[in-house]
Amino acid sequence: MEQLLQQVAAGLANGAIYALVALALVMIYSATDHLNFAQGEMAMFSTYITWAFYQTGMGYWPSLVLAMLVSFLGGLVIERVVLRPLHKAPVLSIVVVFIGLLAIFHSMAGAIWTHTIKPFPSPFPNIAFVGSGYIGPHQVGMIVVSLVLLSLLFVFFRFTSLGLAMRAAAQNPVSARLAGVPVDWMLALGWGMAAAIGAVAGAMVAPVVYLEPNMMAGILLYGFAGALVGGIGSPGGAVFGGFIVGVLENLIAYFGNLLDQTTGIYIIGNGEKLPIALIMLITVLILKPSGLFGRVTVKRV
Amino acid sequence: MTALLQARRLNAYYGPSQALHGIEFEVATGGITALLGANGAGKTTTLRAICGMIRTDGELTFEGKPITRMATERIVRLGVAHVPEGRGTFTTLSVEENLRIAAYTRRDKHAVKQDLDRVLTYFPRLKERYAQQAGTLSGGEQQMLAISRALMLRPRLMLLDEPSFGLAPLIVQEIFRIMRRVNEEERVSMLLVEQNAALALDLADHAYVLETGRIVMSGPASVVKSDEQIRKSYLGY
Repeated sequence: MEQLLQQVAAGLANGAIYALVALALVMIYSATDHLNFAQGEMAMFSTYITWAFYQTGMGYWPSLVLAMLVSFLGGLVIERVVLRPLHKAPVLSIVVVFIGLLAIFHSMAGAIWTHTIKPFPSPFPNIAFVGSGYIGPHQVGMIVVSLVLLSLLFVFFRFTSLGLAMRAAAQNPVSARLAGVPVDWMLALGWGMAAAIGAVAGAMVAPVVYLEPNMMAGILLYGFAGALVGGIGSPGGAVFGGFIVGVLENLIAYFGNLLDQTTGIYIIGNGEKLPIALIMLITVLILKPSGLFGRVTVKRV
Repeated sequence: MTALLQARRLNAYYGPSQALHGIEFEVATGGITALLGANGAGKTTTLRAICGMIRTDGELTFEGKPITRMATERIVRLGVAHVPEGRGTFTTLSVEENLRIAAYTRRDKHAVKQDLDRVLTYFPRLKERYAQQAGTLSGGEQQMLAISRALMLRPRLMLLDEPSFGLAPLIVQEIFRIMRRVNEEERVSMLLVEQNAALALDLADHAYVLETGRIVMSGPASVVKSDEQIRKSYLGY
């Protein structure tokens, strides 16, 4: 029982990171209908930037905030410079651009900071607390930081006029222009925010997976799974999806291991976590293509 | 009366094909001008050209300022509100949000609230649906919403693209009555595109007739209305 709770707690912690990555994907997808394959590498690069600031002696949080700012501007510039000229290009060209960005960020990180694996500090004090038998302080911290960020984003989109303008631009760009919304800038803003969210995800997960150019490769796949399971069109759904993927992959692996230990039959275990996530993804797409929480828009014609 | 909007030698293009061929027209300050013509004559294109939504050349001036190559959202901010074909509803947003978008850059929360209240006095029906997802509104209500959203921009000129399209006659009458009120009470000038020529000529004081991207006739609405050719082609009696 204790082990089971531990697995759920660890799943929630991982899920928090998947949720952030999924949300970053949704930010760009809902505005442009494109899945940004470079999101993981952008987050990895942002994490290096956090690390570089940290190396200068400033604390973890100031480093992260500065890296978020840099990432935000970087995302904005990428949209304006790289994707803007392509806004009428076919989807395949965009996909190639995303793969190109992925390769560029990957090799730039390697060239600037080498491929050597680096330890990354955790900002959370290593103290005992209620429930510390089940979950480590960094894991709790990951969950809390993710939830705070998610709530801030919710408030931003739900209650501010800029958030409303961004939603309007994503939903009906032509009509948004006619309501005076500078739609191009809203897209760029979405890219900037996605990049900044990625910076947080990277800095939260780096103490666990360590800092290296490949750190986000697997996590991006989990993020995709989370986003699609929850419904790529809905930010809330993507966040739920991230948590669901995190918890379910742990639970399925846990019961697989239990089966192996008690009966000696090995079907599934810790080694198959990523396939579990991808199977979940495929299952949801077959049974409910809009995702578990994907909203089917009501429309009268 | 001076011209609020003026077009000189206006051309417009969809990709390589030219849709408007040097048309000239104006909308008088405070007036309602109708743009008539058959399907594909270039009525919607003309409205799109004014708002910079398609490639144009020639001369377009609004309140004396050239707007030919300006970005759509800047033209809108100058006071040109376009109520587009298909009504442009933000289907997943609520009715309230649909109205608030138009005021998103404004800091004067109190005045925005006043504008909302004032706009809703024209369309009390929208008030009943205030929190509802706009995609669930009926066609007539969505048309009312589109006009209200345009009013939230505090426009000087409203471009209306087939406000009667697909609506029941009673709803159309209601909407046209309100358009007349908006024109008189808010001093909003209008450029109205309509298939329903009789309806448009009743409301408008001036009219232009388009045929394959060229203006073939213009004059006071009453004169256009009594023209033999127009009566046969567009009014059907």
